[in-house]
Amino acid sequence: MNIQVRKLRKNFGQHKAVDDITLEFPAGELTALLGPSGCGKTTLLRIIAGLEQAEAGEVWLDGEEVSARDVRDRKVGFVFQHYALFRHMSVFENIAFGLRVKPRRERPAETAIRRKVYDLLELVQLEKFAAHLPAQLSGGQRQRVALARALAVEPKVLLLDEPFGALDAKVRKELRAWLRRLHDELHMTSLFVTHDQEEALDLADQVVLMNRGRVEQSGTPAELYAAPASPFVYSFLGSSALFEGRAGAAALEVGAHSLPLAHDLPAGTPAVACVRAHDLGLARPRERAGGLPATVRRVLNFGLVARVELDLAGSGKRVEVDLPRAECAELAPAPGETLLVEARAARAFALA
Amino acid sequence: MNSTLTLETAGPLLPAAPRPARAESPWPRRALIAAALAFLTLFLFVPLAAVFHEALRKGYFAYLAALSDADALAAIKLSLIAAAVAVPANLVFGVAAAWAIARFEFRGKSLLITLIDLPFSVSPVIAGLIYVLLFGAQGWFGAWLAEHDIKILFALPGILLATLFVTFPFVARELIPLMQAQGGEEEQAARVLGAGGWQMFFRVTLPNIKWGLLYGVILCNARALGEFGAVSVVSGHIRGLTNTLPLHVEILYNEYNFAAAFACASLLALLALLTLALKSWVEWRASREAAVTA
Repeated sequence: MNIQVRKLRKNFGQHKAVDDITLEFPAGELTALLGPSGCGKTTLLRIIAGLEQAEAGEVWLDGEEVSARDVRDRKVGFVFQHYALFRHMSVFENIAFGLRVKPRRERPAETAIRRKVYDLLELVQLEKFAAHLPAQLSGGQRQRVALARALAVEPKVLLLDEPFGALDAKVRKELRAWLRRLHDELHMTSLFVTHDQEEALDLADQVVLMNRGRVEQSGTPAELYAAPASPFVYSFLGSSALFEGRAGAAALEVGAHSLPLAHDLPAGTPAVACVRAHDLGLARPRERAGGLPATVRRVLNFGLVARVELDLAGSGKRVEVDLPRAECAELAPAPGETLLVEARAARAFALA
Repeated sequence: MNSTLTLETAGPLLPAAPRPARAESPWPRRALIAAALAFLTLFLFVPLAAVFHEALRKGYFAYLAALSDADALAAIKLSLIAAAVAVPANLVFGVAAAWAIARFEFRGKSLLITLIDLPFSVSPVIAGLIYVLLFGAQGWFGAWLAEHDIKILFALPGILLATLFVTFPFVARELIPLMQAQGGEEEQAARVLGAGGWQMFFRVTLPNIKWGLLYGVILCNARALGEFGAVSVVSGHIRGLTNTLPLHVEILYNEYNFAAAFACASLLALLALLTLALKSWVEWRASREAAVTA
């Protein structure tokens, strides 16, 4: 079933947490709400769940407007960032909770509850831990219990708040792959909040990138990566360098220097050029004209690509350049040396 | 010195770290412990022993006679009634106030916290006097109450009011920091899973706060039974009618009936010891549970 929000607004004092957001989340897909901390992504998730009240706007679940409906009647599964497992209950009782609190006529019999809980324990691979207390589990195990508990009531949508935020890097990767497989199995409309771009691009069918309570861009990970709509999207997704200056003739004038690049901005417009790290190139000053002089600070020549870190002359801004390793070996940049930074592909945006 | 300081401030949060080797002489430490012990002996153990010694000075028969005296029994009964009313009332209002303060943001919240603390900062005698000013014959409502033949002062209602006033902070004060530390996420999780308000309270909130609640109730009960100042002002000291146990002790003492006075006092002392034991047991259980669930 699908989720829609229309013209949602929510303020915390002066802070606009959610500022006029209209979105549709397609049924059966896994969508990431991505953005820096404080961008309103968690607030949006909590409004959809009914844990926060929007000041204006509508929330539609499966074709019904549910703004006035209490959280317990929305039939959403919610996984909290810190899991919020009931600390005094066993894993079994945690998962059974949603079934036990149902009104008497809807409540399954004890045997049905047992069967359901053990099915879910099998799904999250924790059959042996039914009698454990949450405190006796690792972070990844608690996360899976929280997920099983949310699924027990057969929700129509699954909402996850920073599902991997409190886990260490290795567990996070494993659990990410596992959650993707689980989603492919269940095909439940799912939304998760994250501040980690890699996680969003890796895991989600759709990504909604938010900034300051607004949606910057939404689409599939490939769409967002291929055609970022703003300098913010560039800076947030992937590793990019941003250069501020003025539009010139087929170049960006940065101070006394110019960075050759194609653009269709009127000359003289204040502009910012966004260049992916792997679209940047380096050259010795005597070999070429054009390009921004920068001082080499560090060279990391290992892994898939070599990374050169430089400080731009003038502003001192740090720029990271990814070069093919063979090219880097040929150029042999030395720390302290001055090289020219050039852009092989770039996109320029006029500055407001 | 630095390492000792960090250890002490961070104390209960850290697992027991090996103590740094001490270069200092052990004598200052021993002297301080001895001084503390001497102080405790003089001001706590000796008086406690004296209470029981004086109570039993004329033998067990006199002791039992003093306790089974009709006025003494009436005083015990009245004290128990006061506690039986004050404790449940505190339980309900304390939980409600703690919940409101720990879970919600509202205007006047700090004022409410201050009000809850008021009985701690006001002298109990003043608390009693407030009720005299309100309900006494010359008080604000005195004439109206006399007209309708309602007795508050020098009667059970006055004693209950005074007891409720002085015991008010115990449960709320115990629960507020506990509930603030635990946060409301488990309760939200219960709501999302479909629990109603009462289901959430009895299945999630209450089990999480039960030890803190019991601790508050024990302290509240001890204070309700032992309160002297506020109750003394509103009671009127009518023997067999409006004397609580602490007031009865005072009357007996003023009549030079020392053995009986100490016999009744020994009951209060026993109650204090029992409270202490219960309190330690609750603390022990709570810390054990915290070790498992944290």
